[in-house]
Amino acid sequence: MLTYLINGISLGSVYAIIALGYTMVYGIAKMLNFAHGDIIMVGGYASFCAMSYLGWPPAVAVLFSIGVCTVLGIVIERLAYKPLRSATSLAVLITAIGVSYFLQNVALLVWTSNPKVYPNIFEKIPPITVGEAQVSGVTMVTILANIVIMIALTLFTGKTRMGKAMRAVSEDKGAATLMGINVNFTISMTFAIGSGLAAIAGVLLCTAYPNLVPTTGAMPGIKAFVAAVFGGIGSIPGAMIGGILLGVIEIVARALVPDVPSDIFVFAVLIIVLLVKPSGLLGKTVREKV
Amino acid sequence: MKRSKNRFVNYIIVLVFFAVFQILLSTGTLSSLLKGQLIPIVSYMIMAVSLNLVVGISGELSLGHAGFMSVGAFTGVIVEAALLSKMDPSALNGNMGMQMMILAVAIVIGAAVAAVAGFLIGIPVLRLNGDYLAIVTLAFGEIIKNLLYCLYVYIDDRGLHFSLDPNSLNGTTVLNGPMGALGIKKISTFAAGCVLLLIVLFIIQNLINSKSGRAIMAIRDNRIAAEASGLHVTKYKLMAFVTSAAMAGAAGALYALNYSTIVPKKFDFNTSILVLVFVVLGGIGNMTGSLIAAALLTVLPEMLREFSTYRMLIYAIVLITVMLLTNNAKFKAFLNGPFHKEKKEGKE
Repeated sequence: MLTYLINGISLGSVYAIIALGYTMVYGIAKMLNFAHGDIIMVGGYASFCAMSYLGWPPAVAVLFSIGVCTVLGIVIERLAYKPLRSATSLAVLITAIGVSYFLQNVALLVWTSNPKVYPNIFEKIPPITVGEAQVSGVTMVTILANIVIMIALTLFTGKTRMGKAMRAVSEDKGAATLMGINVNFTISMTFAIGSGLAAIAGVLLCTAYPNLVPTTGAMPGIKAFVAAVFGGIGSIPGAMIGGILLGVIEIVARALVPDVPSDIFVFAVLIIVLLVKPSGLLGKTVREKV
Repeated sequence: MKRSKNRFVNYIIVLVFFAVFQILLSTGTLSSLLKGQLIPIVSYMIMAVSLNLVVGISGELSLGHAGFMSVGAFTGVIVEAALLSKMDPSALNGNMGMQMMILAVAIVIGAAVAAVAGFLIGIPVLRLNGDYLAIVTLAFGEIIKNLLYCLYVYIDDRGLHFSLDPNSLNGTTVLNGPMGALGIKKISTFAAGCVLLLIVLFIIQNLINSKSGRAIMAIRDNRIAAEASGLHVTKYKLMAFVTSAAMAGAAGALYALNYSTIVPKKFDFNTSILVLVFVVLGGIGNMTGSLIAAALLTVLPEMLREFSTYRMLIYAIVLITVMLLTNNAKFKAFLNGPFHKEKKEGKE
C-alpha cells in the first residue's frame, strides 16, 4: 500500500508541475492552453536529443530543454494567442487546439512515430527503503522538484515585482494597464514560466515512463488540466494538491481494481468535487453580480 | 429575425448536396475515397448541427459530445445484432426495405439511449458554468469511453447478454471491450443519412424558433434576467442538452453501421474537439455554417492525402490561420473596407 502511495505521489507531482503551468496561464490570460501538454512532449524530445545525439550531460540537457520550451512558449504566445487577446474564449481555445495539432505533427515529422527510449538520468541516485517500500531515484527527485518549484513560485508571485504584476493582471487587466504594468510582457512572462515548468515535467515524466512518442504529452496534459480544475484553477497550492490527489487516486485505483480503467475514477472524483464545490478545492468563489 | 429566413436555406443545401452526390454516385464518377466518406460526412454534419445547439444556442461549451455519439453508435450496433439474430441471415440480402427498417430502429433506439445519457449527465453538469462545465463534459466523455472499454456484449441461445467479464463471452460476440464491435453488417446508406439530417435540421430549427428556443437563447444572453422573468433555467438548458445528445446518438448509430468494425477509442476527446472545430469555424449559432464546415473539413484531410505526412500539419496551420484571420479586429476592418460601417456586436 505504501508503495502505491509513494508511486501515486510521484506521478501526482508530475501532474502538479504541469498543472502549475496551466493554472498560471489560466489565472492570468484567462485561457485554456490546450497546447501545454505538447510543450511537455517537446521538452522531452529536446532533452532526449541533447543527451543522445549531442552527448551532453543530463544537467545541461535539462537546462537546454527548459530554454527551448521557454522560448517556444513565448513564440507561441506572440504568434498565436496575442492577436486574439480581445477575441472570444472559444476562438482562443480552438487556436490552442490548432497549436497542439501543429506541435504534435511537427514532432511526428521530425522524430517519427517510433517510440524513443528515454534514458534514466537519475540512476546514479541509490534507492532508499521506507518501511516496506522502495523509493527510486526518479521518485525522490520528482517529489523534491515539485516541492522546490511550489515554494519558488509562491515566493515569486508573492514577493517579487513581476509576481505582483502578474497578480494585478489576473485581477483586472484594464486597471493593471492604468497602473503602468506592461500587460503583454507580463503575459509573455507567464507563458515563459509555464513552458519552462512543462519542460521540467517532460524530463521527469519521460524518466519515469521512458517511452517518448509525439502524443506523449496529450493525456498527461488533460489530466493535469483536470488536476488544476480539481484544486481550483488559478490557485498555486490548489494545483499542487489537485495534482498529487489525482496521481494517488490513479495509482491506487489501478492497483485495487485492475480490470476497470483507472481514468474512470480520476474523472468521477473530479465530477463529484466540482458538484460539491463548483470552484474546486481551493478556488475562490466568485459571487455573481446582477 | 434573419434566422427564420435562413431556415429553408439549410434544407435546400442538404437536398442539393444529396442530389449532386447521388448523381455522381450513379454515374460512377466519384472516387472510391470520397465514396467511403459520404456517410461519415453526413454523420459529422449531424454532429456539428447538434453540438451547435448546445454551444451556439444554449451557450454552453461541451467538450464531450463524442461520448453521446459513441453511446448511440454502440447501442445501434447492439440493436442491429439483436434484430439480425432473430431472423434468417439471407433474408436481408437485397431486401432494401428490411434493411432500412432495421437501420431506423437502430437509429431511434440509439438516439433514445443517448438522450437518457444526456439527461443523466445534464442534471449535474448544467449546475456548473463556463470552463468548469466544459471540463466536466470532457470528464464524462472520457468516462463513457472507458466504461465501453470494459463492456462485453454477446448473443447466445438465451438472448442478449451484457457483462463486465471478458471470460464470460459466449455465442456471438457483439461488443468485445476495448476491441469494440466486430462483424457489423453495413446497412447505413447515403440516402438514409440525408433523410436523418433533414429530420435533425427540422427538429433543431423548429426548436430554435419556438417559445422554448427563445427561452434558451434568453438564458444564454442573460441568465439572471431570464431567471428574473420567470424562466426555468435548468429545464430549458436541459432541453437543449438532451436534444443535442439524442441527435449525436442518432449520428453515432448511422456512423457505426457504415463500418464493419468500430472501436470505443474512435469517439475520444479528439473527436469531440473535431466537431467543436466544425462548429466554431462554421460560425457559432449558425447552422448553415456548421453544415458546410463539417463537410469541407471532413473532406479536406482526405483531399490532402497525397501530401500524406504533411496533411495534418497543413490542417493545423489552416486551422490556426483561419482563427487568427477571422478573429483579428484589424483584418476584419480590412475586409469590411474603410467605408463599411462597423457592425455592433455585444460582448460574449
